Amino acid sequence: MRYLCMFYHRLLDYRKAELESLAQLFANDEEDQYKTQRLKWRLPLHYHPDSPFHFVDLRSEDVARNVANRSILVKGMYELWGEGGSYEELEEAIRSYPDERKLPYLEPDSTFKINVDTFGKVISLQEQTQRIHGLSYIPFKGRVNLKSPEHKFWLMETDDYGVNNGLPPIVQRRIFFGREIGGADRKLLPTYQLKSRTYLGPTAMDAEIAFLMANQALVTPGKLVYDPFVGTGSILIAAAHFGAMTMGADIDIRVVRDGRGPDCNVWSNFKQYGLPMPIALLRADNNLPPWRTGLKEVFDAIICDPPYGVRAGGRKSGGRKLMKGVVGPYTVPDDKRTDHIPSTASYSLVECVHDLLDLAGRMLVMGGRLVFFYPVVREDDNVNNSFPEHPCFQLIATSEQILSSRYSRVLLTMVKTSQYSEEIAEEARLKHKDFKENHLKWLEDGNLHSAVFSPSDLQVNGAADAKTSKEQKPKYRGKYV
Amino acid sequence: MRLLTHNMLSSNIKGVTNGFPLRIEIEKVVEKQVEFNPDFLKNMFPKIEWKALVNASHSMGYVELPEEVEPSRLDSEDFLHKFHHALLELHLEEGALVCPETGRRFPVSKGIPNMLLHEDEV
Repeated sequence: MRYLCMFYHRLLDYRKAELESLAQLFANDEEDQYKTQRLKWRLPLHYHPDSPFHFVDLRSEDVARNVANRSILVKGMYELWGEGGSYEELEEAIRSYPDERKLPYLEPDSTFKINVDTFGKVISLQEQTQRIHGLSYIPFKGRVNLKSPEHKFWLMETDDYGVNNGLPPIVQRRIFFGREIGGADRKLLPTYQLKSRTYLGPTAMDAEIAFLMANQALVTPGKLVYDPFVGTGSILIAAAHFGAMTMGADIDIRVVRDGRGPDCNVWSNFKQYGLPMPIALLRADNNLPPWRTGLKEVFDAIICDPPYGVRAGGRKSGGRKLMKGVVGPYTVPDDKRTDHIPSTASYSLVECVHDLLDLAGRMLVMGGRLVFFYPVVREDDNVNNSFPEHPCFQLIATSEQILSSRYSRVLLTMVKTSQYSEEIAEEARLKHKDFKENHLKWLEDGNLHSAVFSPSDLQVNGAADAKTSKEQKPKYRGKYV
Repeated sequence: MRLLTHNMLSSNIKGVTNGFPLRIEIEKVVEKQVEFNPDFLKNMFPKIEWKALVNASHSMGYVELPEEVEPSRLDSEDFLHKFHHALLELHLEEGALVCPETGRRFPVSKGIPNMLLHEDEV
């Protein structure tokens, strides 16, 4: 069945990816659960892919409702009764829509409401009422109930707004009329917003993105979700909201154990929202994970935001001195062992991601998902699309969010499709060794900080050049939304 | 630290060949209720080192778990509740985990095990 999906006009790259993940989550068929299949999408005539209106094929109305209600970015999912370039065309379309699909929702003992929505334009209340009255050719028999109607109908209008105002270019006016099936519960976002959270770190994950990550990871009640860079727990909070058992590790013990006091720490963040506490928090190093030999396939999902070295740098065990590669490791005197605080070495992004993929390959169940952010340097509005790979994983979604003119972060969603083997483990071990021996080189290669904060060439070339190159750029740049 | 975590952790000090299971040194144990989820328990069961769990629960003063167990026991509600209690509700708040090979203590404070190694153990 084909449905009309209207998205919120934000985080454009995340919208279809979220819906596809949720469609898989709610596919009742066991067989479908691990098969990643693309949904069939279609755009209205002449529409830009960034437009909020998309048609999508979903198995049933129940699937469509579940997907929409669980989503963060679906404004509404509708059974389309008609569309057209004008109100005359719309009427014709609605009239010819089969009665057996319409009449069950127009019964005398039902209640209903008609909403008017627009994209890229504003229409006054008066005009809205006029448009609603204009629908009198639909045989509504039920009573109007504005507060809690059984059936909600939507009249949605977009127009050729002539000027390029930062919205995706629309060539023609289009009007849609449909019955609402579901939509995102955005009330979650003010509840979980960071500004009212007690314990925050400098890189705490924004609530909306954290929910999107949990959706990409197909989090459901009873699943075990792990975050190896847990920090203040902002990603696990979203997973716990959807019912997952959560587990987190961090190399910084002050962040996970102490926080800022007895009522301001990772535990208190979960308490604040009435969520079940994480099953485990521990201090561990992603470079040397403390899991026992033979332990594998325990986590259903791994969700994290690894340190890129831009706002927060990664650390690993081994001591500062190892970086120079010449001095042997510091030997801790026996009398100082108990309270010794080991110094840590820098941990480059390349090495960190390698370790993460290896850990996920071993510790995720088959069909389990690895969802994490990966930074990319932007050049001339293009990003270099080479993402890390691993023989156990298939990359199924990439969603870019632009952070500055220099760099973006891309949310990668990977599915474990092959078993972790001895050969892969050996390959990983050699790579680990390699990283250890060429520590300085990897550290430099993985240093995004300098790319992001180095002075711009543009300014050096003079203002005139900068101006012309700016004008050449298209005004509409969707991923900035 | 719950016993599920204990069942997953080992001492990864350089040169140690068998760092599992870690011995539990107890200063303070608390019980924390966790919602009972039979599906989660059934999924977890095959991944658990049973003997290590039984011994760990003994050292925490819980003796209800059988020494040996067949997967068929998972059909018993009574067994699942005991398994649930041992795995998720016994919580080491203060104490340490001790490496069976070297005797190195990994402290557990405020419920959080500190598994980080010193410079010369990597």
